[in-house]
Amino acid sequence: MFPASFDYHAPTTVPEALRLLAENGPDAKLLAGGHSLLPAMKLRLLEPGCLVDIGRIPELRGIRREGQTLVIGAATLHADIATSDVVRQAAPGLATAASLIGDVQVRNRGTIGGSAAHDDPAADYPVILTALDASFMLVSSAGARTVASGDFFLDYFTTALSDLEIITEVRIPGAAASVTSAYAKLEHPASGFLVVSAGVRIERGADGRCRTARIAIGGLGGRPFRATAVESALAGHALTPAAIAAAAALAADGSDPDGDAYAPAEYRRHMATVYVQRALEAAL
Amino acid sequence: MPETTRGRPIPIQMTVNGIQRAADVEPRTLLVHFLRETLGLTGTHVGCDTTQCGACTVHLDGRAVKSCTILAAQAQGGDVTTIEGLANASGLHPVQEGFRQEHGLQCGYCTPGMIMNAADLLQRNPHPTEDEIKHALQGNLCRCTGYVNIVKAVQWAAAQRGGGDVPR
Repeated sequence: MFPASFDYHAPTTVPEALRLLAENGPDAKLLAGGHSLLPAMKLRLLEPGCLVDIGRIPELRGIRREGQTLVIGAATLHADIATSDVVRQAAPGLATAASLIGDVQVRNRGTIGGSAAHDDPAADYPVILTALDASFMLVSSAGARTVASGDFFLDYFTTALSDLEIITEVRIPGAAASVTSAYAKLEHPASGFLVVSAGVRIERGADGRCRTARIAIGGLGGRPFRATAVESALAGHALTPAAIAAAAALAADGSDPDGDAYAPAEYRRHMATVYVQRALEAAL
Repeated sequence: MPETTRGRPIPIQMTVNGIQRAADVEPRTLLVHFLRETLGLTGTHVGCDTTQCGACTVHLDGRAVKSCTILAAQAQGGDVTTIEGLANASGLHPVQEGFRQEHGLQCGYCTPGMIMNAADLLQRNPHPTEDEIKHALQGNLCRCTGYVNIVKAVQWAAAQRGGGDVPR
């Protein structure tokens, strides 16, 4: 299968990429790892007339700490995030999520920014990045803005990113000893995409109790579902097995998932409680 | 840009199995088709053509990738190794020999991709456990149900290496 014809550009700087996006208008698409875009183009679901390949822009790659913020370049590969000691230490749930994406070959090409921009409702990054309270640095010729994950992932395949913007960085706060995170996923056995998954971020106080919890669940709708009932139930409490089980039982409260032939709505809601509990246990 | 010039060929060059190769290709040319049709290296197979089966696996700059989901233009300036580049003058690559010794194939269609992915695994992890081998081969499908012997073939290769570096 071949994509329809297109023109190809491979800029080496962000300003050059932005200029190419503006010049080519709505016909242009950004190409990062291409592991969502190229399959869609081969199936002729998409026929952009121009691809701007941002895979050769060095400043878009890399993992670093800025104080208590973990900063990941948008074109950083899943494989590099999964195996990074910096990520494992600062946001272990993110390393786990990256390690569960697709397969080895996919992780060697796919990028965090590309996956976030594609916003597949069965993808792993939107869930864990929402739990981690990540924000996205979006750059256009008009300037830069920072958008929190809660305002970025809007609906099925829909984000706050405009056609003239590039995600340059993903920023994750709270890289501190008092904060931990985890990710647990029920995979579809054939595709490896999530059926239901849970990302959790726990901040503990000096007394060891949970100060704050952020819980996001995938598979319950068009965007990651914030399990606020679980968050409230955990805040201020000791993280005993009984407290975790009682809180996790509230995971699907307020959700209204769409079911399908493989996973009906009620099954998804039940799996949400199971995987929130597993993620909480893994975080401790 | 006017419609009439859309998709016109662009020059690309890359190193394939140690040899510098250059050609003008349409931007939509996939790496697997550049290898098979432009260079005549038909050892790399097209299976599902949808990034699932792994038959098209090659190494690009030292990493296993699915060449049906990469534009040849994205490999510009890169270093590609295909199944044809794995053996050297002293004989088969240990993973190739492992597939022979352990009967790791029936029809052979998935084999080049399996071998390229397994070679990538042993570069990163010279002594994988059985579970690590299975996890690493998740992106390669065999429809002859030959997985048991494929895992054995990789274990055979790992045992031969004795912990040393796997070349390429």
